[in-house]
This record gives sequence, structure tokens and C-alpha cells, in this order.
Amino acid sequence: MKAIWIISKRELKVFFDSLIAYILIVVFLGISGFFTWLYGSDVFFTGQASLQPFFGIAYWTLFFFIPALTMKMIAEEKKSGTIELLLTKAVSDWQVIWGKFLACLILIAIALGLTIPYYLTIWAIGPVDHGAVWSGYLGTLLMSMAYIGIGLFASSITNNQIVAFLTSLFVGVFFLIIFDVLANNFTGFTGQLFNYLSLSTHFESISRGVIDTKSLLYFFSVTFFGLFLAESALSKRNIVE
Amino acid sequence: MGIIVENLTKKYGPQRAVDNISFEVKTGEVVGFLGPNGAGKTTTMKIITCYMAPTEGDVKVGGLSILEDSEQIKKKIGYLPESNPLYYEMPVLEYLEFVADLQGFPRNKINLRIADMVHMTGLAAEKHKKIGELSKGYKQRVGLAQAMIHDPEILILDEPTTGLDPNQIVEIRKLIKELGKEKTVILSTHILPEVEATCDRILIINQGQIVADGTSGMLRKQSQGQEVLKVNIGEAPVRDEVISALVSLPTIAAVDPISDSNGSFLINSKLNESSRRHIFQMCVQKNWVLMEMTPIETKLEDIFRDLTT
Repeated sequence: MKAIWIISKRELKVFFDSLIAYILIVVFLGISGFFTWLYGSDVFFTGQASLQPFFGIAYWTLFFFIPALTMKMIAEEKKSGTIELLLTKAVSDWQVIWGKFLACLILIAIALGLTIPYYLTIWAIGPVDHGAVWSGYLGTLLMSMAYIGIGLFASSITNNQIVAFLTSLFVGVFFLIIFDVLANNFTGFTGQLFNYLSLSTHFESISRGVIDTKSLLYFFSVTFFGLFLAESALSKRNIVE
Repeated sequence: MGIIVENLTKKYGPQRAVDNISFEVKTGEVVGFLGPNGAGKTTTMKIITCYMAPTEGDVKVGGLSILEDSEQIKKKIGYLPESNPLYYEMPVLEYLEFVADLQGFPRNKINLRIADMVHMTGLAAEKHKKIGELSKGYKQRVGLAQAMIHDPEILILDEPTTGLDPNQIVEIRKLIKELGKEKTVILSTHILPEVEATCDRILIINQGQIVADGTSGMLRKQSQGQEVLKVNIGEAPVRDEVISALVSLPTIAAVDPISDSNGSFLINSKLNESSRRHIFQMCVQKNWVLMEMTPIETKLEDIFRDLTT
């Protein structure tokens, strides 16, 4: 546990020492603020005191931002060879993966935390369904976990950051759109299966305030599966043919 | 803390990078790995440091097996990888703290230890800079400092002196020698005088196998077999007379005059015999002046070339 935190701390330091963290936060707040308050189906257009528009935007912005955070995490270490240095210290492959995962999640949580003023503003405007807001935040965090899982997996299979970025977008697009489309095109079991696999199904229900164990299980499974594949890719060096 | 390597094999596809190697390194020994590029030195080190699992065989570090107790073993080993990878975006001090933390060094002693290491490796002037801004030699020092930061009982250094200037090389060698008094050290290098200067024992590896194992003196003796002397007899009367006198000595196998010198000879003794006494006595008898008598040692370079080509 301690080793995981030491690794996370270092990754966070790297985020904040470089411009990555600040750019991410500023752009995230800028884009989500713009679409929540000023443009398209914003709060004033829908005429409801709800953060629904914000969560809808976060859904897409994070889809692009998280791969940008995760792409370098393992790929760069593999390229520069520092992964050898890290893994010959008293840490396991899993601890490295969890450490990196936690660092990303904390950064996203900070960015989301900075949107609390949106919530307070909405609250001042009209009657808010507080439960829906908090479950929306929870849903966004869960979704971020799934994205980070996918992103770390993509970063672990290559030592080229661009390839890692594109791979995670490619994998992500299945969960975001393609499974949803397929779900609409099939009926019966196949339709239900794709419906369950689609991230949007679970995100929509949770951001409306419906916290279902099936959805929780879904997000945790995607996250864990991504991290599991990342760990496997990392420990591939140990495979004995 | 000793290291026992048992029948270690590592295959990359069909190629055997390490082929059934066994050796033992005792506590407090400084062992040098020698070998041409691609001989399997780095692979062996990567296996001992628990970075890679071997295809076959096992390594026991202080009685623990790398296959089962890698977590504990990693704490006891300080490792400097070949290309000296470092986090270039981190400042030196922060990086050393990170490594010490990861290795579980007691929190309250970390600062003192870092100060020690910075002093020991001569990084004081550069300690606040980012690692990426340092010159190659200083990066190498950071690499050494991070390997030693948690005071490990075993140090594994893959080409520790590459990129250093001659003064630094001498310093680092001295440091390794100093450390080798109480720690077990394995280092690899291409620089032959370095092994002689720092190591108690030499392992020569070629094509994944150990081809020689011993102190530099032992290796010399083995490869040499017979004694070779360079002898100069000054004011020698006639060269032929000297040669015939030398050849008649019972222990001498061959005499070669050195062509461009005045009265110098290369003398090979018979196997396991020494001719020094005989030559001296002969010169006294004949009233010749013995100007020089030097035993010629085989160079490590020659042994290395013999064994690896």
C-alpha cells in the first residue's frame, strides 16, 4: 500500500511540475463550463436546475483527456528504460500499475472537485436534486476509472505514446458508441449483452441518480480488466516459453 | 550476503543468451563480469536483480530464491542498469528521496543518508538541478547514488564507469573497492584494467557460458603455462656464445634474441620450471653483467582474446 502511494506521489509531482496538470484542469473547466453555461443545450436552454448538461460534456471531454494523461505513464518508462529501474526496486508490477492508476484518478478528482462551484451556482438558481448531482459525480469518477484502466492498458502494450493514445481512443470508442449502436441493432440476448457492455447505458442511469449494483460491477470490471491486461503486458518479460 | 547461481538459462526465442551458468559469489567479494558484447552479462544481471525470470535454473541471494522471494531480495540489492535510465524531469534530491522511500529506507534517516550519498558521489554542486540537465558523468553518479541509497548488502553495477572522465573513473573505482570490503559487488565492464584494479575475482563469459573463473593472477598462470623472461646481458662478448650457453641450461626451452636491441633475449622456460636461478649463476660464472631480467606476464587482453574468439 505504501509503495503504491509513493509511486502515485511521484506521478502527481510530475503532473504538477510539468504543465500537464494545469493545462488539463484549465481546458477541462473551460470546455465543460462553456457547454454547461453558454452554448448548446446548456443549463439556461433546458431551463432546469440540474447538472445534467455538465455530466454529458464531462463524458466526452474525459474520453479525450484521460488517454492524454495515461499515454505516457508506461510507454515512456518502457522507452527510456526507467521501468527496469522501477521494477528492480522493492515493488511488484501490480503496485506500479495501481500507483499510476491512483495518480490519474486523483488528478481527475481534483479537476472534478474544481467544478463544485457549478453545483453551488445551480443550487442558488433553483431547486436541485442533490442526490442526482452526487451520483452524477460518482458516475463520472467511475467512468474515469474505466477510462484510466483502458488507457493504462494501451500504454503498456507499446513504447510509443501516440500509439498508446490512439489505441485507448480506439478501445474507448467501442465502450462509448459502438456497443450502444450494436445494442440497438440486435434484439434478444445479443442486444442485451451489448447494452450491458455499453458504457453510456450505465453512465446515463447513474448520472440521473440511479445507482445500480449492475452498473457498479460494470465499471469496476472494466477498470480491473484494463489494469489486469496492463499488468500482464508488463510482466510478459517473465514468461518462460 | 552471498549469491549462488544454479544452472541458469535464459532463452530469447531459439537463442540462448545465458546457457546453463553456475557460479557462486561470496559475501564481501568483488566479482567482475568480462565478456564481449552480447555475451550474456547484462541478462545474468537482470535475472539476479529479479527484473526477468530465467527460463531454467535458479539464483539464491542470501538463501532466498529469486523465483519465490523477489520482493525481499530486491530490497537487498542496489542495481545500476546498463544504459543508466533515470527520470530526467526530476531534481536529483527528489529522485534520491523517491528511491529511498521505495526501498523502504527508514523515513527519519532518509535526509541524512541522501546527504551522505550526495557527498560520496560528489554531486553536491548539482543536487538541485533536474537530472536531465546534468552531464553524462554526473548522471552516472546519480545512477550510482540511487543504487547505493538504501545501503544494500549487494551491489550490481552494469558498466559503472562508462561516460566518466579519467579522474572520476579513479574515484569510482576507489569507491567500489571501499564498498567491496563489506558488501558483495558484481560489476561488468569492457575495460580490462578496471577489472584488475577493482575485482577480487574475474568471470569471463562468452556466448552465454563461463569460460574462465578466477583471480587475475590465476587466469594468467593458467593461460601462460610456462615462464617467459626478458633477459639483457650487457657487454656480452658474442651473441652466439650467449645463446648457446643459455640453451645448454637444463630448464630452458627456447631462446629468442630480440632483434633491434643490444644483447636482449626472450627466454621460455620448460613447463612448470623457473630458469631465473640458473641464468643468474651462469652469468656469475662467466663474469657477464646481467643488466635486466624481467618476467613477462601475459596481458589480460590476450587471455580475454584467447578465450572469447
